[in-house]
Amino acid sequence: MRFQSPESVDEAVALLAADPEARVLAGGTDLLVRLRMGDVAPSAVIDIKRITEMTTIAQDDGGWRIGAAVPSAEMNETAALVTDWPGVTEAADLIGSTQIQGRATVAGNLCNASPAADSVPAMVAAGAVARVAGPNGSRDVPVEDIPTGPGQTSLAQGELVTSIFLPAKPENSGSAYLRFIPRTEMDIAVVGVGITLTLDSAGAVTAAKIALGAVGPKVIVAGDAAKTLIGTTGDDPALDALAAACSAAATPIDDKRGTAEFRRDVTGVIAKRTARIALARAKGEA
Amino acid sequence: MSQIHVITTINGDETEFLCEAQETLLDVLRDHLDLTGSKEGCGTGDCGACSVIVDGRLVCACLMLAGEAEGRSVETIEGMADGDDLHPLQQKFLEMAALQCGVCTPGILVATKNLLERNPNPTEEEVRYWLAGNLCRCTGYDKIIRAVMDTAADMRGAA
Ligand SMILES: Cc1cc2nc3c(=O)[nH]c(=O)nc-3n(C[C@H](O)[C@H](O)[C@H](O)COP(=O)(O)OP(=O)(O)OC[C@H]3O[C@@H](n4cnc5c(N)ncnc54)[C@H](O)[C@@H]3O)c2cc1C
Ligand code: FES
Ligand code: FES
Repeated sequence: MRFQSPESVDEAVALLAADPEARVLAGGTDLLVRLRMGDVAPSAVIDIKRITEMTTIAQDDGGWRIGAAVPSAEMNETAALVTDWPGVTEAADLIGSTQIQGRATVAGNLCNASPAADSVPAMVAAGAVARVAGPNGSRDVPVEDIPTGPGQTSLAQGELVTSIFLPAKPENSGSAYLRFIPRTEMDIAVVGVGITLTLDSAGAVTAAKIALGAVGPKVIVAGDAAKTLIGTTGDDPALDALAAACSAAATPIDDKRGTAEFRRDVTGVIAKRTARIALARAKGEA
Repeated sequence: MSQIHVITTINGDETEFLCEAQETLLDVLRDHLDLTGSKEGCGTGDCGACSVIVDGRLVCACLMLAGEAEGRSVETIEGMADGDDLHPLQQKFLEMAALQCGVCTPGILVATKNLLERNPNPTEEEVRYWLAGNLCRCTGYDKIIRAVMDTAADMRGAA
């Protein structure tokens, strides 16, 4: 195996394009575990942490551009980012321990393409867009279109994600992410729900985006569930309808972490709780 | 296979080593540099026994390639005491018996040193969350948490 540390995006793309067996190394918290387990045997690892533009968080067009090499801890140390997109930063804050968060990136969480990745539903609900660089230049891709199934992405050979863009936070909007795990820390989501919603001056929901994690082969954008909230104030009947729609949208499997039936049920429960937090944040109450 | 030549700073000293691409920082610390204070409990990021500080950030040395250390500043348990003078956390762990077998202790000391540098006045809950990735098979954690809270109070008093 070769270890390479390019200092520019172009150099990284050239290295990746030249070698189909090369892998990007961001925080390494997935890749190095798999390398040590013998699950992967790349010919080269391309460390992206020396590429300056990928190591910064910057305000951009009213929103935020998060470099693909930025550890999740740094996101939570950026107070104005936490204020704008608490749903995304609280999801990033759930990735493993302090030590893991010192290295793990949300772009790595996305490109690893685990169905249970915590930051992914939160980013999808926020309307996040991944910037992808490759041999033919760069393109912007909605975050939900990067994973295609467990461990699989839509990235072509030679492509890598250079940053994640979170759009300007809409006025009177709130975001939240919650997951269900059997304990409070250090576990893999059984169900995860990310919600962003916007209110009008009367407190009615005018826009909502809901994403479900760990209950399908990839993140699920629950469009019908979002519709149940539109025009409501998020009162109890509206949240009951939301829960039913989220349960219906979930397509979980039975595994050691829970049966499909249980996970479908919990999806509704967690969606309700997440919506309550997002509503409170949209009203400036939390 | 050609080896990688790395120049880095470890506990304040410029250090050079040669390593294979797939070797971790933990491999190099323990097997090449004879810094065996950092332990390997799991090798998969779960236990925190290998905790070190890299450019001010707490990380698992088992989940970092040694080649990544080029030009960085690495702090390990070996750099925690000042000669024969133990760090207040080390002293307190002894006084309050916050360790039994000791395998988790270097990682927990390095992790809590980093916490107190960032937050001299943590709540008990903050200490427990900060240490969620440091597993201890022996103590049941309470003595560790009490020793950290006590040290933090002493260090604030002394400051
Ligand atoms: C102890 C432990 C606990 C964990 N807990 C959680 C948890 O609670 N929730 C959770 O969601 N995850 C968890 N994880 C998994 C992991 O930490 C996350 O998925 C993390 O976000 C991965 O990011 P990384 O930067 O470390 O990725 P890496 O390991 O560097 O990369 C992951 C994969 O994505 C590819 N890749 C990385 N960056 C890019 C890029 N910019 N462009 C293209 N491809 C790229 C790599 O080649 C690799 O295949 C845990 C891991 C450990 C070891
Ligand atoms: S040995 Fe590194 S976390 Fe266990
Ligand atoms: S003292 Fe034995 S593992 Fe903590």
